[in-house]
Amino acid sequence: MTDVMTKDPLTSDASPPASAVDAKVSIKNLDFYYGESRALKDVNLKLEANRVTAFIGPSGCGKSTLLRVLNRMYDLYPGQRATGQVLLDGKNILDPGVDLNLLRARVGMVFQKPTPFPMTIYENIAFGVRLYEKISKSEMDGRVEAALKGAALWGEVKDKLDASGLSLSGGQQQRLCIARTVAIRPEVILFDEPCSALDPISTAKIEELIDELKSRYTIAIVTHNMQQAARVSDRTAFMYLGELIEFDDTPRMFTSPAQQRTQDYITGRFG
Amino acid sequence: MAVHTVKAYDAELEVIDRKIAEMGGIAEKMLADSMEALTRLDVELARRVVESDPRLDALQREIEEQAVLTIARRQPMAVDLRELVGAIHIAGDLERTGDLAKNIAKRTIKISADARVPRAIVGIKHMGELASMQMKDVLDAYSQRDVERARAVWGRDAEIDALEDSVFRDLLTFMMEDPRNITFCTHLLFCSKNLERVGDHATNIAETIQYMRTGETMPTERPKGAQ
Repeated sequence: MTDVMTKDPLTSDASPPASAVDAKVSIKNLDFYYGESRALKDVNLKLEANRVTAFIGPSGCGKSTLLRVLNRMYDLYPGQRATGQVLLDGKNILDPGVDLNLLRARVGMVFQKPTPFPMTIYENIAFGVRLYEKISKSEMDGRVEAALKGAALWGEVKDKLDASGLSLSGGQQQRLCIARTVAIRPEVILFDEPCSALDPISTAKIEELIDELKSRYTIAIVTHNMQQAARVSDRTAFMYLGELIEFDDTPRMFTSPAQQRTQDYITGRFG
Repeated sequence: MAVHTVKAYDAELEVIDRKIAEMGGIAEKMLADSMEALTRLDVELARRVVESDPRLDALQREIEEQAVLTIARRQPMAVDLRELVGAIHIAGDLERTGDLAKNIAKRTIKISADARVPRAIVGIKHMGELASMQMKDVLDAYSQRDVERARAVWGRDAEIDALEDSVFRDLLTFMMEDPRNITFCTHLLFCSKNLERVGDHATNIAETIQYMRTGETMPTERPKGAQ
C-alpha cells in the first residue's frame, strides 16, 4: 500500500504535463450563439499537438457546439455566430477572411453516424482529395491505399475497392469516413461521438485507431461514454451549461477531479 | 454526498461498507482478546481467537468479490473508484490484523504451560493497548470518513515503534539473565513484532482513508520511532 501511496500515479503517466506541450489550437474567450441563445460562455482551452482531448458533459452542455466551432461548421447555418478567438497555429480561424474550404481541409471531422457517399470505396476517398488537389491516377491510388491503411481498413477492403461504400458494416463505414478525413492530410481531426452507433468490437478498433492517429494529428473527441474518454484521451474537458467547468489530465479527471460538479457527473450522481 | 441516479449502485457500495465495518469489529475483538489471553495466559480465550479467524477471511473474500463485481458492473469513477479500491486494501489490512492476533493467541497456547518472568509481559500489554487504540481510531475514522482523524492515527505510529524497541531490549535482558527464559521470551518477541505490524496496518488504513476521500497520498515518510 505504501508504495502505491507514495508514487503519484497521476503524474507518472507517459504524457507530459499540460504546460509542457505546444498548443495546436488555442481557444480564447469563446462565446457562441444560436440566435439569441448563448450556447458557449467564455470558453478558454488549448488543444495540444499530438494529443487527444476529450469533451464530456450532459446533453446540451455545448461540447458538440464547441467542436463545430473548430472547423466553422456553424457557418452553414444562418443565425449562428461565435465571438472570441480560436487560434489555429496562432491564426484566428474566426476571422471573416478565412478560407473555409482550406480550414476544413486542415481540420477534418468524423461524425456520429458513418456517412459514406453512395459511391465506391475508392471514390469515397478520392472524391475529397480531388476537391483540394490535382494528382495523377497512380498518386491517387497511393493516397487511397495510404488513407485506408491509416484508418486500419486496407486489409478488409483492398480486394473490393470498387464495391459501394454502403456495402460495408457500420464499423467499417466509420473507418472509411476516417480514411476519407485522413486522405486530405488534415492537421486536426474532430470526432463527434464516433462510436455511439457501433458495436464494442468496432468501437475498440476505432479507439485503437485514434491511439495510432494521435502521433500524426491533433485530436478532439466528443463522447457520451466516459469510459471511452478515460481510455482514449490525454486531456479531458468537462462542460456544463455552455461553460468549461474543469480541464485537466485525463487520469486525474477520472480519479480525483477538482470540481464537485465534475465528480457528480462522472460518478453518476448528476441531477 | 449526493446519491447515485442508479440506486442499486449505492446499495452495492453500502454492502461493502457494512462488511468492512463487520471485519473491523471482528479484527478489533480478536486483537483485544488475544492480548487478554496473553496477559492472563488464558488458553480457552486464545482458542476462541483462533476460531474466529475464518470468518474474517471469508468476509475479506466477500468484499473482494463484491468490489470486483461492482467495478465490472458500474465502471466506477473518481471517489467511487477510490472507495472500492480502498475497500479492497482495507479488507486486506484487517485480514492481516486478524492473522497477527491469531498468531499471538497460538503463541499464548504454546507458552501457557511454561510461563516465566510475568513482568516481561507488561511492556507488550502496553503495546497491545496502543495498537488496539490505533485500530479503533482508524476504524472510527473510516466509518465517519474523517481524514483528520486518519491523519492523527498515521502520525502516532511512532509511539508503537518506540515501545517495540524498549520491549526488545527488556526481553533481551531477561534472556541473558537466564537461558531458560529464551523460549518464552522469543515467543513474546514475536508477539511484540505482531503488535508493531498491527500498528502498521492501522497506518495503512489511515493512508487509504486519506486517498479515498481526497485522492491525495500521505507524505512519503511518516514519523519513525528511534531505531
